[in-house]
Amino acid sequence: MSASFDRLSQLCAKRYSVDASIIKPEGDVFETLKIDSFQAAELMSELEMEFDVEIPDYELQDIKTFGALSGAIDARL
Amino acid sequence: MLTLDRISCVGEAIRDAIVTFKTNTALIEADRHRENGRWTYRELRQDAERFGALLQSDGFAPGDRCAIVMQNQAKWVVSGLGALWVGAVLVPIDYKLTVPEQLTLLGHCKPKVLVTEYSTWVKMMREDLAPLSETTVLVTEAPPEADLGSAHRWESETSQAFSLQYRARQDVACIVYSSGTSGTPKGCMLTHDNYLTQAQVLGRMYPIAEDERFFSILPTNHAIDFMLGFLMPLMMGASVLHQRSLRPQFIRSSLKQYEVTHLAVVPTILKNLEKRIRERLDDLEDGPRKAVDTAIRANDFLTARKPNHTLSRWLLKPIHDELGGNLKKVFAGGTFVDRKLVEFFYELGIPVAIGYGLTEATTVISVNDLEPFRSTTVGKPVDGVDVEIRNANDEGVGEVWVQGPTVMKGYLDAPELTAEAIVDGWLRTGDLGSIDVSGHLTLRGRAKNMIVTEGGKNIHPEDIESVFDDLPGCEELCVFAANYIWPTGKMTGEQLVVVLRPETDADLEVMVQELVARNRRLPDFKRVSGYIVREDDFPATASLKIKRPVLADELRALERADAIVALDA
Repeated sequence: MSASFDRLSQLCAKRYSVDASIIKPEGDVFETLKIDSFQAAELMSELEMEFDVEIPDYELQDIKTFGALSGAIDARL
Repeated sequence: MLTLDRISCVGEAIRDAIVTFKTNTALIEADRHRENGRWTYRELRQDAERFGALLQSDGFAPGDRCAIVMQNQAKWVVSGLGALWVGAVLVPIDYKLTVPEQLTLLGHCKPKVLVTEYSTWVKMMREDLAPLSETTVLVTEAPPEADLGSAHRWESETSQAFSLQYRARQDVACIVYSSGTSGTPKGCMLTHDNYLTQAQVLGRMYPIAEDERFFSILPTNHAIDFMLGFLMPLMMGASVLHQRSLRPQFIRSSLKQYEVTHLAVVPTILKNLEKRIRERLDDLEDGPRKAVDTAIRANDFLTARKPNHTLSRWLLKPIHDELGGNLKKVFAGGTFVDRKLVEFFYELGIPVAIGYGLTEATTVISVNDLEPFRSTTVGKPVDGVDVEIRNANDEGVGEVWVQGPTVMKGYLDAPELTAEAIVDGWLRTGDLGSIDVSGHLTLRGRAKNMIVTEGGKNIHPEDIESVFDDLPGCEELCVFAANYIWPTGKMTGEQLVVVLRPETDADLEVMVQELVARNRRLPDFKRVSGYIVREDDFPATASLKIKRPVLADELRALERADAIVALDA
């Protein structure tokens, strides 16, 4: 697991009051955090600020798991 | 005042505005905090004519189809307008669908030209492109070194002279898909007369002035934004703002930066704005909070009969500033809008006009005129549209049927579906409703097996079933809208459920595990929320097609809470 995944899971855990241990690379972002696509867009904004990266909206459509999310961040670090 | 009586087609209506409002700003495209560009009406005309000429250089003729699969951006409008000016039938396709779903619809409508953006085309090139074998593909914003395969660059120049082509009122202007990404596609054929009639009526009710600005947030392929965020502002000399990133903070900053006056939303966006305002109100100290509460009560009293934007903005300036400070009207539709949500905004002096419509009826069937404001209904039918409640029960609730000049011509290449939807000139909406003594329509649920998400997406259960094909140990399955089986009289809390008939000795645990895994691969709005196990054979026709209404009737005998096993357990 990348360092960004650990930071990502910490941030999600804090933001959505869930235990960080339930956030796994293969885990579904929407299902795990119980959020809809609009809330996911809010989460993306926070992650962009945290990692100082910019991920275009069209890429969000293909991101479903935490692993894919941290991968999209890693690709820009 | 928008006067379209003597106009023959949508392209002509916008061309009239372009001649009148040459130097007005027509389009602004922003990307986060950056501004990508601005177009006056004159510049929009030049760009649209260049694109029209590019189409004509490829042999494009009036009546040919031009599909667009793009996010909201200036090139969507330039392409759409250019295509309309060469007599195209526009086919706006949802850019949020998966690429295979988009290709299914493209294979159905067989466009002469497809306009798409580079990011989408890259994904399409990984698929079987047989549906596009006869289609010229024009790709926007491709990097200089990009290999586009058989496609061409949208930005290509042409020496072809542009030749303006108008269409007749009864010609088809657009084919808009209301469903059918895996079942039979429902491509609504909407004529120029449909659009012009609707624009005329809505333009009278909700005029947008030439110095006002519409923020196009909903996808332009969506019937609401196509009408309110594309055709109408450009027919009336107003400007349209596109924001390439629809993150909540960029929506809010754009409202302010670009002095947005008009907005069309679905409830999810409205809820986000509400959340932000509540957070700001909660942050206030006791004194300022009491002052705001007093101002809210005063505004509520003074605008009870009719909205007064100037007064509300003066009374509640800090709240209005949170939404940019210039917002005059918010249109909400696409799905059921929570009464409390709408009341929240009205009390703050931001009128939210709730409408009801179907793509099959162009856009709007009924809308609130806000005089007085009523949050519990979807308003009165708009001028020229007749609404009847058929097969009403003792409470006056029955199916909503609609007749008028905005009802579509029919579904493309689907005469049987058209015959089911339009009976003796009346469109069967499949929605349940009632009409009160003042003529307001209230929606009471659905007579058809479908749901509409808070994001305004129509979900037809049949379209999801193929995802669960060959589930291990499953003999047959069927997906339903839970509210269709067990009517609640409401349009909230809509959920999808899958009915499973296990094979003898099947391992239910394994089956459900696989169900959960496949469910996760679906976009969140298409996921089933629970399953029902049924041991008896599903009722079927002689050709082994499931008799869905009969199965629903049989399931209705069960208690909903007992029958459904939640999937997130």
